[in-house]
Amino acid sequence: MASLLKPDSEASLAETVREHFARRKPVRIVGGGTRPVGNPVDVTETLSTGRLSGITLYEPGALTLVAEAGTTLETITDALAEEGQHLPFEPADYCALLGTKGKSTIGGVVAAGVSGPRRVQAGAARDSLIGVRFVSGEGEIIKNGGRVMKNVTGYDLVKLMCGSYGTLGVLTEVSFKLLPRPQATGTVLITGLDDHAAVTVLSRALGSPFDVTGAAHLQKDADGNPVTMIRCEGLPESVKYRTGRLKDLLAPLLPSAAGLSVENVAESNAAIWKQVRDVETFAGRDGAVWRLSVKPSDGPDVVSDISGKLDCEALYDWGGGLVWLLVDAADDEAATVIRAAVDARGGHATLFRCNANGESGTDAFHPEHPRIAAISQNLRRQFDPAGILNPGLMGQSAVQA
Amino acid sequence: MSLVEMPKADGAIISRKAEIVAALQAAIGTDGVIHDPEETLAYECDALTAYRCPPLAVCLPRTTQEVSAILRICSDMGLPVIPRGAGTSLAGGALPTADSIVIGVARLNQVLEADYGNRFVRVQAGITNLAVSGNVAGEGFFYAPDPSSQLACAISGNIAMNSGGAHCLKYGVTTNNLLGVTMVMMDGEVIEIGGTHLDPAGLDLLGVICGSEGQFGMVTEAVLKILPKPEGARPILLGFNANEVAGTCVADIIKSGVLPVAMEFMDKPAIIACENFAHAGYPTDVEALLIVEVEGSEAEIAEQLEKIKAIAARHDPEVMRESNSAVQSDLIWKGRKAAFGAMGQMADYLCMDGTIPTSRLPEVLKRMQEMSVDYGLRVANVFHAGDGNLHPLILFDANKPGDLEKCEAFGADILKLCVEVGGCLTGEHGVGVEKRDLMVHQYNEADLEIQMRVKDVFDPKWLLNPAKVFPMEASHSRRHGNRQEAA
Repeated sequence: MASLLKPDSEASLAETVREHFARRKPVRIVGGGTRPVGNPVDVTETLSTGRLSGITLYEPGALTLVAEAGTTLETITDALAEEGQHLPFEPADYCALLGTKGKSTIGGVVAAGVSGPRRVQAGAARDSLIGVRFVSGEGEIIKNGGRVMKNVTGYDLVKLMCGSYGTLGVLTEVSFKLLPRPQATGTVLITGLDDHAAVTVLSRALGSPFDVTGAAHLQKDADGNPVTMIRCEGLPESVKYRTGRLKDLLAPLLPSAAGLSVENVAESNAAIWKQVRDVETFAGRDGAVWRLSVKPSDGPDVVSDISGKLDCEALYDWGGGLVWLLVDAADDEAATVIRAAVDARGGHATLFRCNANGESGTDAFHPEHPRIAAISQNLRRQFDPAGILNPGLMGQSAVQA
Repeated sequence: MSLVEMPKADGAIISRKAEIVAALQAAIGTDGVIHDPEETLAYECDALTAYRCPPLAVCLPRTTQEVSAILRICSDMGLPVIPRGAGTSLAGGALPTADSIVIGVARLNQVLEADYGNRFVRVQAGITNLAVSGNVAGEGFFYAPDPSSQLACAISGNIAMNSGGAHCLKYGVTTNNLLGVTMVMMDGEVIEIGGTHLDPAGLDLLGVICGSEGQFGMVTEAVLKILPKPEGARPILLGFNANEVAGTCVADIIKSGVLPVAMEFMDKPAIIACENFAHAGYPTDVEALLIVEVEGSEAEIAEQLEKIKAIAARHDPEVMRESNSAVQSDLIWKGRKAAFGAMGQMADYLCMDGTIPTSRLPEVLKRMQEMSVDYGLRVANVFHAGDGNLHPLILFDANKPGDLEKCEAFGADILKLCVEVGGCLTGEHGVGVEKRDLMVHQYNEADLEIQMRVKDVFDPKWLLNPAKVFPMEASHSRRHGNRQEAA
C-alpha cells in the first residue's frame, strides 16, 4: 500500500530513515513533487520534506540565506525580493513543461541542480550553494559547508549533494550565497538567424566585456520565427550602455535580413527570460523533452545531426551549451540517435520528460564511463549502504534484499 | 609540544629505497626521479616551513602516462604518495613523510588548447595560475581566481585546495571556474571528469574532487573557464578610525546593490607593515583601510564609485581616495598583495585563514586583539571583507623557544572563534596538516566519517596524501588497515 511520510523535523526525518534502513525498506523522496525527472522509482513509500519549512537565517548585509529544505521557492524569492536580492542562478519552474502541479521547494531545486539562463554569468545552483544538512541512508544527520561563502574546510560535499536527486541523502537544510537583484534589464533581440549563426553571435557576446547574463536562441518563437536573445543586467545607465555596445558589436556579424533591436521594458524582459528559463515553448506540446549539455559551439552540430534523423525543435540556452530538444519520437531508437550525436562530440543528454503516456525503457541519464559510473555507484553505497534512497532514479542498481 | 604530528615513517619502505627508486627510474627515466638525500631536501616542506621532512624520493613526470606509471608502482608497492604543485601551500598540504614519494607537476606546464569562442583553456596542471591569465591576455581574457601566490602557485594546487583570491566576491573561487579535469587514480587508471560542457552527467564528482587536497587522485590536466576582461577597473581607498565602522561600511555597500569585484580590509598593523614595505601610499594614521574595486566602462565605474562614496560618507571616513591612474591602481594592489612579504620582513609569522559571517566582524576583531594581549604576540589582519575570509598574521620569533607553539595555540584559538561565530576553519588555504586536528571543532564524528568514506571510494588504500585533512586519530584505522607504521 502506498503511503506518504511527512516528518515535521530533521530529527524525526532521521528517525524515519533509520527505521527504513533497519528494515531495508526503500523510499521515494519528494519536496514539492514538481520535478519527476529521472528513472521511475518503483517503491510504495514516499518521504516528503514538505513540512521542514521556514527560513532559518537571512542576513542581507552578508548576502546569506539558510532555509529548511521544504521551504517553497516562492517564499524564498519573496523574502529576498523585499531586500532587493535574489538567488543568482535563476532557478526554473518546470511545472508547465512537466505537467506537474504544486510548488517547488528549495530542497528540490538543490536536489535536481536546477539553474536558469544566468548560469553563464553567475554560475549554477551548485555555485551558489554554500552549505547543506542532510540525512544519510543510515539515518545519520550530516552537515557540510556552512553559512560563509568561502569555505574549504574538508571535502566539498555541498557540490556532490547538489544534483544528486536524493540518492545520497535527504536534504534537510540548505544555505546560499545571494547577490543583489539587478535594478534594470535589457535584451538585445536578433531575428532571422539560423542555429549556427545564432551561436556564433552568442559566443561573440559572451566573449565581450559587456557582462552578458543570458544568451539564448529559440528556433521558433510564437510566430514560428527564430529569435536570438542576449541579456544585460545591472544599474540602469550601465545596462543601456552595454546593450548599446553589444548592438554595435554584433551588427556587422548579421545577414542583412536579420532584425536587431533592444528591449528595455522591464515586464517584456521578465517574460522573455521566464520563457527561456522555464522552457515554456515546449510546455503542453506532445513529444519527449531532452536536455543536452555540450560545448557551446557543438550545440548546432549536434542538433543538425539529430534533426537529420528525427523530427525535433530546439531551444538553446547558455550560449549554445544547453540544448532543450522537443522530439516527436520517444522510443529507444530516438534515444540512441540523440546520445550518439552527443557522444560524437562530448557532453551528455538527459531524457527530461517522456511522452505524456510513453513508458520509455531508456535510462534518463547519459551512460557514464565505466570507472566514473563505478565511483558514483560506490559513493552511493557509502552514503546509502542499503540503497533505500530513490533507488534506481539515477540508474543505480535497486535495493539489495 | 607542537600541534602537528606526522605518522612515523615505515622502516620497511625506507629499507627498500634502492628497489623503489629503480622501479620508478625504469618507468620514467633516471632524470625524472630525484633520490639523492641532498636533492630531496628541496622538497622537505611547502610554504608552511615550520614543518619539514624530506621524502624517500621525488618524481617529476612529463606526461599523464608517466604519472599513471608512477602511481601504479606506488600502489603495487604500498607507498604513500604526496602530490605537489608549486609547494606554496600555507597549510602543509605537500608536507612529505620519510617513507613517501613526492610527485611534482612542475614539468607539466603547457597550455594545450585555448578556445575563445567557447571561453575555456585546457592546461597541464603544473602551469602557474598567473601564466594561465598571461596566455589568454592577448585575446582579452583572464582566469579569475587570483590567490596572492598566483605568480608561483600551480593550477593543480589551486584545484587541490579550491583556492580563492581577492576577486571571488564577483567571480567565485577555483571550483566555480573549473570545467573539467584529467585525473590519474591511485591504481594508475586515467579518467576524465567534466569537460568543455557545463553540467555533470550524473553526480558532480568534479565538485568533490576540487578541494580534496590531493587525496583522491593526481590531476594532470584541467579545463578552466576564462572570462573576457572588463573594460576597466578602479579601486578606491577608504580609511576609517575604527574597525567596527569599516565593517559596517562593508555591509552597507553590499546591501546597496552595488557589487564590487573586491573588498579588502586591513587593520592598522597590516596597513603600516604594507606601507613600509611597498610604499603604496596607504594612510598610516587610520585604524582600518578598505580597498574597494569596481569594474566596467568609465561611466559604469563612475556610477558605482559615486554610490560607494555616498555610502562611505555616511560613516565619516578619514580618507576617501580614488585611484586616478593605472599606475596608482597597481600600487594599491601591490601593497595588499605584498602583505605576507611585508610581515616576513618584520618577523616570522603564521598566516591563518578562517572565515566568519561578515556581520560578526567587529566582535571577532575585538576578541582577536584581546587574545593578542593574552598571548603576548602581535597580530595583523588582512582579509577579504566581502566574503568574511580573515587572514590574521600572527608574528612570532622562530628562534625563541616556545614561541612557535604559543603562536600555533593562538592561531587555533582564532580558528575556534571563527567556528564559534558561525564560520569555518579555512576559507581558501585548505586543511592540510595545519588544521587537521582542529577539524573536530567544526565537524562531528558523523560529518567526518562520511567525508572519509568518500576518500575510501577514490583511494581505498589511503595512500594519497594520507595524513592530511582528518585528525590523526579519526583516520588512524583507515591508514592502518592497509599498511603498518613502524614501531
